[in-house]
Amino acid sequence: MKPVLLLLALCALLAAASESAANSGIGHYGFNSPQFRLGADTYGELRKAPEKAASRANPLQNDPDALTAGRLLFEDHCAECHGDDAKGGRKGPSLRVPDVLDATPGTLFWLLTNGVVRKKMPAWSKLPEPQRWQLVRFLKSVEAPKLSESVDKR
Amino acid sequence: MTRSPLLLLLAALLHSAVFSRPLKAQENPYFVAYDHNLEEPGNLEVEYFSTYGTQRTGNDFHAFWTEFEYGVTAWWTIEFYLDGQSPFHDSTVYSGSKWENRFRVLKHEHWINPVLYAEFEDINGTDKTLKEVVGHDVESDYLAPNGLTRSEHKREIELKLILSSNTKGWNFSENIITEKNLSNEPWEFGYALAASRPLALKAAAKRCNFCPQHFIVGAEMYGGLGDRHSFGLRETSHYLAPVVGWNLPSGWTLRLSPGFGLNDNSHRFLLRWGVSREISGFDQLVRRLFGAKS
Repeated sequence: MKPVLLLLALCALLAAASESAANSGIGHYGFNSPQFRLGADTYGELRKAPEKAASRANPLQNDPDALTAGRLLFEDHCAECHGDDAKGGRKGPSLRVPDVLDATPGTLFWLLTNGVVRKKMPAWSKLPEPQRWQLVRFLKSVEAPKLSESVDKR
Repeated sequence: MTRSPLLLLLAALLHSAVFSRPLKAQENPYFVAYDHNLEEPGNLEVEYFSTYGTQRTGNDFHAFWTEFEYGVTAWWTIEFYLDGQSPFHDSTVYSGSKWENRFRVLKHEHWINPVLYAEFEDINGTDKTLKEVVGHDVESDYLAPNGLTRSEHKREIELKLILSSNTKGWNFSENIITEKNLSNEPWEFGYALAASRPLALKAAAKRCNFCPQHFIVGAEMYGGLGDRHSFGLRETSHYLAPVVGWNLPSGWTLRLSPGFGLNDNSHRFLLRWGVSREISGFDQLVRRLFGAKS
């Protein structure tokens, strides 16, 4: 009986934690939604990248496999939160916004490595450096949504 | 009243395990040591681990445990364990449960990344999972049959300082362990050291189960450090164990580790294996279970 009670207590704790996360703005769609306010916070983190980190060039920029490998890595690790098309998902903001599209490869690498752990973006330092650069290569290939797509989203 | 939500949860778990989006885990291959990488927020990882251990002058044993690891935030992971064991020629028993919390201390990645670990254990004397070695833990402690040890009830707290670094594809982890049985026994100490690296650092440009980046190999070493009255490496046990992990693109992770006792106080051989699956979006599922609309 005790394990059953413990499991129920676990459920209640998870529910409370999830509810708290929901109230903090996660889990909604749309440009005016809390998800995008969350995004604004996260995008702000990009500007905190140290100059030395931001100026790093992608060593795999000319690697012919980097783009495809990066796309597969994105599907495996990022699409769950940021959406298959990087336009944002239930938990993570769009990556097809000027803040991200205009960021240097070094800045994106720095953000991937450090995450924004106070705002739910985990640090991805557990991926080896070359895989993070492959992801950056893919992210730099992503384009801004066309005007019609933006209107549809709204 | 209590069964209905439990059944719902189990059904939900099964449903999400089968139908949730495959989320490729990038798990370390360790069984004892911890690194600083926490569970992704909202994801639940369900893990099963098994340890076969040799026992001199007694029955070899098979200990097993299930872990439910949930990422509450990007800096806080909680974990719940259910343990059991089955010595050869003896009964199979439930040996207790454990609650664990891990807190990432620093906001950014550093050369060494500290994580604080706090665990409460409610176990009985049959526990043989050897998830950590502390104090003067020795092989002969595991000799008594279940009939004698299952009535021994232990409530313990365990604290760890996890120090971990990721550099050039390698992970190096050092755990400093302290444990206290709440029934007026001294603080005991232990350690775990580990290193691992994927076979390839670059990801392949195709989907594949056997690509080298999915295999992580390494080793871990762990043992006791005595207690506050007699601190040191003597009169306790120490182990060295190669480890290998296979992170399948389907979201499953398999781990295997043959471990070897390094002194006469240690079990001569421990064979561990484990299987785990990460369930994405578990937070949404629990919210729906408890009545949220989206």
